[in-house]
Amino acid sequence: MSAGGLNVAVEEKAAPVKRRLSPIIYLWLALAAVVVVSLVRVLTGADDLTSSGTVAAALTAAVPIALAGLGGLWSERAGVVNIGLEGMMVLGTWGAGFAGYQWGAWAGVVAGIVLGAFGGLIHAVATVTFGVDHIISGVAITLVAPGLTLFLSKLYFAHAPGGGQKQSPPIADVSRVSVPGLSSLLGDLEQKHWFVLSDLAGVLRGLLTNVSLLSLLAVLLFVVTGYVLWRTPFGLRVRSCGEAPQAAESLGVNVYRYKYAAIVASGALAGLGGAILAINSSQFRDGQTGGRGYIGLASMIFGNWRPGGLAAGAGLFGYTDAMQLRSESAVHALLLLLGLALLVLAVVQVRAKRFAVAVVAAVLGVAFVLWFALTDVVPPELVSATPYVVTLLVLSLAAQRLRIPKYVGQLYRRGQGG
Amino acid sequence: MSTNTGRFSPRNIGLGLAAPVGALIFALLICALILVGTGHAPVDVVNQMIKSAQRPRTAANSLNSATTYYLSAVAVAIGFKMRLFNIGVDGQYRFAAMMAAAVGGASFMGSLPSFLRILMVIVVAMIVGAVWAGIAGFLKVTRGVSEVISTIMLNAIATAVVAYLLNPHRLAVSVAGSNNIGTAPITPGGQVPGFSYPGSSSKIFGLILLAVLVGFLYWFMLNRTRFGFDLKATGLSESAAVASGVNVKKMIVVSMLISGAAAGLVGMPQLLGSSYSYALDFPSGLGFTGIAIALLGRNHPVGMAFAALLWGVLDQSSNVLDISGVPKEIVVIMQGVIVLSVVIAYELVRRYRLRLEQREVGKALGTTKAPEEVSA
Repeated sequence: MSAGGLNVAVEEKAAPVKRRLSPIIYLWLALAAVVVVSLVRVLTGADDLTSSGTVAAALTAAVPIALAGLGGLWSERAGVVNIGLEGMMVLGTWGAGFAGYQWGAWAGVVAGIVLGAFGGLIHAVATVTFGVDHIISGVAITLVAPGLTLFLSKLYFAHAPGGGQKQSPPIADVSRVSVPGLSSLLGDLEQKHWFVLSDLAGVLRGLLTNVSLLSLLAVLLFVVTGYVLWRTPFGLRVRSCGEAPQAAESLGVNVYRYKYAAIVASGALAGLGGAILAINSSQFRDGQTGGRGYIGLASMIFGNWRPGGLAAGAGLFGYTDAMQLRSESAVHALLLLLGLALLVLAVVQVRAKRFAVAVVAAVLGVAFVLWFALTDVVPPELVSATPYVVTLLVLSLAAQRLRIPKYVGQLYRRGQGG
Repeated sequence: MSTNTGRFSPRNIGLGLAAPVGALIFALLICALILVGTGHAPVDVVNQMIKSAQRPRTAANSLNSATTYYLSAVAVAIGFKMRLFNIGVDGQYRFAAMMAAAVGGASFMGSLPSFLRILMVIVVAMIVGAVWAGIAGFLKVTRGVSEVISTIMLNAIATAVVAYLLNPHRLAVSVAGSNNIGTAPITPGGQVPGFSYPGSSSKIFGLILLAVLVGFLYWFMLNRTRFGFDLKATGLSESAAVASGVNVKKMIVVSMLISGAAAGLVGMPQLLGSSYSYALDFPSGLGFTGIAIALLGRNHPVGMAFAALLWGVLDQSSNVLDISGVPKEIVVIMQGVIVLSVVIAYELVRRYRLRLEQREVGKALGTTKAPEEVSA
């Protein structure tokens, strides 16, 4: 991402044009991942790696991150960097707290979306209409949002029953659904701790039973985003604003209007992420987002500015987040996983003849495996850094595979193309 | 400037002040609206804050806050001058302050002369800050990773590393009589004495002099050295700088290192003048305050000083509000609105200036070409 600042040309060979992998291949890749994880589980005895409880917790943790990332995707596809996601998420948590405790969780969801969209609107006014640098506007929004929400919560929650200066009264949860008949069957299978089979059962049970409707809403929004941005004229125009706004303008696209739409949608999605976060933890609390907006941004980069990759990134980060809360031994086993993943990356890079990157990846991979072999526990404080370290690694080791919207972060004024 | 009016002409000064003053008034209006909307009287709030600001204790504390804010703003501004966004000042100063505090509190320091101890602590802080920022610079020039993203990530990683090290098994000790933990306290020989402020029990940080020195060095570097010239040139036009022989990659790494070293200083006045150890309650978020102040002060050494003072006074005098039932976060809202509206105002003034210039050129040439929008 160039983000309007200095663009250092890093000499890189252009990535060879690759044919898109078919869904079947992705399925095989996912299965291969399960086999590796299962192997690690059997080797280390860390059953929590694939237990249904972990997977369910991972899903819950991943959804707000994923929605923030989806917000980032909308905005950056339209050419505007949005590091105000964190602030818009904060607005969403407060909205969910305020409306949620009075009129129920769904009202909270709506309020979160509206407040998030409001944050997005401010970002749009500043960046599109007034040409303010995207980073500056985003930072300003992230500065204001926690102050504003704390101000409001002191006014409206301090004297409400069950509320406090920094937290809202409790919000009721939305209903949860299960695929009927699966729970006990998969549960039995999971308890056997068989190689691969029990792992699959655990993952499926975590994903298919007792799922919050809000998580389903998030999944639906991913599908909708993929469809709208890549399969409709509207989406094509939004993306053209992020790739070549002058060209879009010359074709009669009202670039400002599309940017506005995308940024407001971005804010709404981040706000929804915040609202879901608040509802899942049954209340608004000050500082609740804890940098999840930034992790969302990170998962968007991890996912190469595409919904599928973004979902995978958010799932990964949600998984480490859930793991950290559940089991020390499972976290320790993650080291081995990360080491193996880096070694695989090293092999891939050798085949692609990128030897420098391969060496770095191999050294890091060996280091992680050694770390696993020589210690018994990972300090919990360090686990929380996982998403950020992974993102830095992805950006620095796999940068040549990333395809960033061409015009993202740059200022565009109407009529610039002359 | 191609106008026939000089740098210090009334019009130029007026236009220069229009943006910050306009933004301030706009922010006041917004906050007044919010206060009225939530059932408070804005005039009362302002009165309380003014009364509070006049107390010697508040004044001394404001000056102390301004000292740290100013250092943070300079660190940010060094990057801004060449269009590098060092969002990571926050992580850099926290990590640096913790490591410096650990060194300062280490037992071997006791036997060293006071001056050397203080110098060592400050140097350690600068090195740690520089290294942490340098990672972002290195990744940018070697792998093309945006410094915005890498510094955001490094902020979070710094949080994790600090939490890891700030553990009784590692660099920290439990603070007696509380559940706070921090590094071993720096003994009086390693502390920097403060100046007393008449009528106040809080002292003014001795390292306020350091902030003044840093401000001077910043001005000197930008306006009197070749490096500063290259820095500004790169920020204004990268291609022109490259054409005149500036090595942009080297500039990026060096300016990130300098910015990080300055960021390392942010925690020093507090550490050596008041807390004497890095504990869980060490002030956080100062890096983002620095961004706000650098924007308001337009990266100018004196402008940022005024902005830092404004921020300090706002922060300290708002403490009185909570007692009377107005959440003091109204000040945070005000600060945020100031930042956003001041950048918009600067942009509007820039466009207005451009139009004025074009009109003057048109007048001088005797043609009346319609003003053309040119953007940066």
